Order: sequence, then structure tokens, then C-alpha cells
Amino acid sequence: MTDDGEISVVNSIDFQVNSGEVLGIVGESGCGKSVTSLSVMGLVPSPAGKVEGDILFNGENLVSASEKRMRQIRGNEIAMIFQEPMTSLNPVFTIGSQLIEALQIHKKWPKKKAQAHAVDMLKMVGLPRAEELMKEFPHQLSGGMRQRVMIAMAMICAPKLLIADEPTTALDVTIQAQILELMKKLNEETDTAIMMITHDLGVVAEMCQRVVVMYAGKVVEEADVKTIFTSPKHPYTVGLIQSVPDMRDKKERLYSIPGNVPKPGSVKAGCQFAPRCAHAFDRCISETPALESLGGSQRVRCWLYEDEKGVNIVDRTIS
Amino acid sequence: MFSYTIRRVGLLIPVLLGMTFIVFMMIRAIPGNPAQLILGQQASKDAIETLTKQLGLDQPWYTQFVHYLGGLFQGDLGMSLKTRSPISDEIWPYLAATIELSLVAILIAVIIGVNAGIISAWFQNSWFDYAVMLIALIGVSMPIFWLGLMEQYFVSIKWDLLPTTGRDNIRMPVEAITHLYLIDTLMEGRFDQFIEVVKHLILPGIALGTIPMAIIARMTRSSMLEVMRSDYIRTARAKGLKMFWVVYKHSLKNAMIPVITVIGLQTGLLLGGAILTETIFGWPGIGTYIYDAIQSRDYPVIQSGILVVATLFVLINLFVDILYAAIDPRIKY
Repeated sequence: MTDDGEISVVNSIDFQVNSGEVLGIVGESGCGKSVTSLSVMGLVPSPAGKVEGDILFNGENLVSASEKRMRQIRGNEIAMIFQEPMTSLNPVFTIGSQLIEALQIHKKWPKKKAQAHAVDMLKMVGLPRAEELMKEFPHQLSGGMRQRVMIAMAMICAPKLLIADEPTTALDVTIQAQILELMKKLNEETDTAIMMITHDLGVVAEMCQRVVVMYAGKVVEEADVKTIFTSPKHPYTVGLIQSVPDMRDKKERLYSIPGNVPKPGSVKAGCQFAPRCAHAFDRCISETPALESLGGSQRVRCWLYEDEKGVNIVDRTIS
Repeated sequence: MFSYTIRRVGLLIPVLLGMTFIVFMMIRAIPGNPAQLILGQQASKDAIETLTKQLGLDQPWYTQFVHYLGGLFQGDLGMSLKTRSPISDEIWPYLAATIELSLVAILIAVIIGVNAGIISAWFQNSWFDYAVMLIALIGVSMPIFWLGLMEQYFVSIKWDLLPTTGRDNIRMPVEAITHLYLIDTLMEGRFDQFIEVVKHLILPGIALGTIPMAIIARMTRSSMLEVMRSDYIRTARAKGLKMFWVVYKHSLKNAMIPVITVIGLQTGLLLGGAILTETIFGWPGIGTYIYDAIQSRDYPVIQSGILVVATLFVLINLFVDILYAAIDPRIKY
């Protein structure tokens, strides 16, 4: 729990990120992915209430940490990049001044040294003319360039954990691939663990070693990336995977899971997915299942696996 | 930025010309012959005709306009009918008095208004926020003359803390150099007078600054609230910045753009002469000057007085526009 940089978001959400690992967090819009990540940063918008339970970072509980301690962690040990590169940079400050800020706060570096390092970071994330970029303003950059700047900004203090909240959703497909490649490269070259929040299973397959599937604010399944795609257990995971368009199939309509994610606050008893689940039975509606291990690293929150652990409910396999 | 400033200054020329034309025509539209007014009801026809010729009022309006414009280019604002002296000579002391008071008022308004707005937005829905918004509401709806009278009644008369009227202590009058007394007294090294001048500025400054202060506070608050919800503020917080810097650096610079517009407009309005405040506090400002001219139908003074005030207004707006470009790098022309 100490040296391997383990983080555990407990309560109804329970998972961990190991040091150097890329963990994918998958789910539909509105299932609590972003709130989970913001609560790790201690940045949950205040009217939305507070975080209960424990968030352990290197053995330190971030939920009970003081605001001062959280400030020392934010941007220094845990950094974050956001979905919207177009609006995530402050329009009235230069790229350079925004980049060096974290170094000045956390490392207390003098301006010159911080600027030199910022130029190196810009080069590292593959931006040309790094020196000139330092003096430019965000509106002079394209979306892809801005996201690279955001990544450079997040990585500048060499954080132990990088939370990426849908970092490629707002970008062109070609730029998406470049950004993912960059993040993969950074993950390999540094020992920064990445928590990749996405609704795109393609991104997961590309980037992650382990996957956590979330539904209505709860973790419903967790497994390594290969297991998730080859033998998904939870009906929701199965549905998600079936929703991915397959070029080899000449189906008329794309598959989609019927129904919608329940609104936060409208949570009922039983399994939250039961109303949309084709395999639901009486128990699913009355009792809430727990996240149970199926042996190995796979865990699932579903009554179907109560007795017959390890049985696959679908015949679909992905080669 | 530089070429923008040049272009923006260049745009002033047609604006000022058009403005001069409108003011000129407005004065001409007033019925009655100024020569008759100057000479009075009993004047003979010949005398009126001679004066009409002297004043050039028998010429067609465009000749008069070109003549007036020509005078303006040489710094000639015309001749006062009442005092028979050049307006350009006598207007400055009044203007200086107004500028000094307006700057003090707007300074009070900006320092208090902006900070109150920021803190209200920062601690939205706190008791401080509610208190500031309530005071701002009262401030906006408060009649200035009433506020001025209350200030005089309590602060000057009852508690005897500050003087009621005038710009300086009559027992030690300021010797005018620039007519901006704060500067004059410092130039003369008379700190006792400087203190007196400051004391005389406080009450009218507060009376004049209250409405702008309230408007600025409300504007700052709403602008800050909007900015503080934006993605780049979340980014700034995610960096581990102290909330103070998130608010006063990252949010404020973005939030200032609409606030500066309001500050500019309010300053322009104050310079236009706050006739109520000037009257209550016996302040010899431009508002009083123009008001007296209207009373005595001193048309050249009205015309040139309005022109000077309007020019100041335009210049302040120019300054505000240049300030935008300095704050927001996205503004390009």
C-alpha cells in the first residue's frame, strides 16, 4: 500500500491503480467517471456534496487530508488533463507562464530554470518551435496542440499519477491516435501511472492494462484488459463490447443497450443495471450484489455469478 | 497592439468631427436670436443687426461651422457672451476641479467595488455575499443628493470630522498652478494644504462614487462567477494553486473585460459633470459651469462646454478599448 503507489477509491467505488500502470475506467456518460476523478483531486464542485470513504494515495488518505496538503499533491503528485483542450487553458496568459506555474509552486524553481524545463517538456510532447510557443497564447494553437500543452503541463512535475478525463474525446481521430501514442510513450518512459477515463473501448484496448467498468456510480466489473474483451462477465460490460461497431459484421443496425443510465439520486434497491438487463431475475431487483472476485484479477458485481463462478453468459468472443 | 492603437486613434477623427457637428447644430436649433438675447428686449433693431453681423450669425450655417471648426483647430473655443473672455481660458479651472473629483470618486468606486465583487463571487451565497449585494442594491437606488446631504449632516455638522463644501480651506487657499489641487499643493510643498484638499475631496468623492461602486461590484461579481465556472479555472486549481491566486490572477484578468467597460462608462458619466454633487458640495466643476451658462443662455459656453465633455468621454472610451487589447490577447484587428 505504500511504495507501489496504490490508490483505492472506496465506498461504492472500489478500485486501485498500481504504480506505472494504465488503468481504464469505462462507462456511459453520467455514470460517475468524472466525479470519481475529481474526488481524487479533491476538486468535487462544492454543492455536489463531499466524498465519503477513503482515497488512499501512497497510504495517505486524501479524503481526510487538509486543503493545504491537497494543494501540495495537486499538480505535483497527482495531475489531471481534461476533456476540452479548447477551453482548459487560460486565454489571457501565455503558454509559458501557465506551464511554469506548477514548477514555481511545487518545486520553488526560479523562473529561468522553470522556463528551460518547460521548453524541454514542450519538446517531449512533440510540439515544434517550443521556444516560440512559450510566448504564445492558447488561441494561437490548434486543439491537438493545446492538448499536448495540457499534457506537458500535467507532466511537468513528474507526477506519480496522471488522471486523464476523456483526453481525446474532443479531438479529430488522427489527432486522437497521436495523443494516445504520446501518453503511452510518457507512461513507458516515466513511472507515472495513468488513470484513463473514457467511454471509448478502442482507447481502452489501445492503452490500458487493466479496466474498471462503472455503472451508475458503482464499479460493476474489473479485470485485465485481455479478460475484459475475451470473457466479459457483467451483462453491462457485455453490452458495451457488443456496442462497438465491427467492420466484419454487415449488420443493418448497430447494437445498443436498451434504456438509459439512471439519474444520480434516483438510485433504487437491487442491481442498478437490472431494469436494462436481459438476464435479470427476481433477486436482481430486490438485493444489491457485491463486487465478488471470480478468481484471478477479475471481479464482478452480478448475481448471475453467485454460484457458477467463471461461466460466460455470452458466446461472443473477440479474437 | 501598436497598429491597433494607431488605427483606433485614427477613428477618433470622424467621431470628433461628427460630434462637433451635432453639438453645433443642436445649439443652432434653439429658437431665438442670440444677439437679441445678449442685448436684451429693449435693444434697437440696428444694434441687433450689427451684433448679428459681428457674431457672424448672418452667414449660412456651413460657413459658421467651418469658421467654428477652424477656431477649434487653433484652440479657440469661442467667446463667452457673459464674461466676454475666451472660453478656452476660463474653462480649465472648472474642468480640473471636475477631473480631480471624478478621479477620486472612481478610484474609491473601483477599489471597493471590484474587491467587494470578487470576494462576493469567491464566497458565493455567504453572509458577506448577501451583505455586499444588499448594500450594492441600496447604493444603486440611493439618490445622490440625499446621500450628500446625509454625509454633510452627520460627518460635517454633527461629528465635525470633515468640511462641508468647497475645494480648499478658505483660510489657506491653494495657489493654482495646474488647478488640480492635489498636484498643486504637492508641487508647492504645502502638505498642510494637501491634507485640507484631501479632506475636502472625501465626502463629495464618496457621494459621487457610490453609484459607480455599486454597479462595479455587481458587474464584477457576475463576471467573476461566470469565469470561475470555466474549465481553465479547474485547470488552475488542478495545478495546486492557492485559491487566492486562482481568484486574483486566473479569474480576475478574464473577468475584468466587461468590468472595465463599465468603469470607463461610469468615469465618462462622472466627467460629464455631476451637477447634483457639485451643487451640494459647492464644487466649482464643469457641471456648474455649463449649468450657469444654460441659466444665462451663454450659447458659446454651452456649445464648447458640451464639446469638451463629449471629447473627454470619447477619449476615455479610446483608453478602454486600448486596455482591452492589452488584457485580452484574442482581440485582434
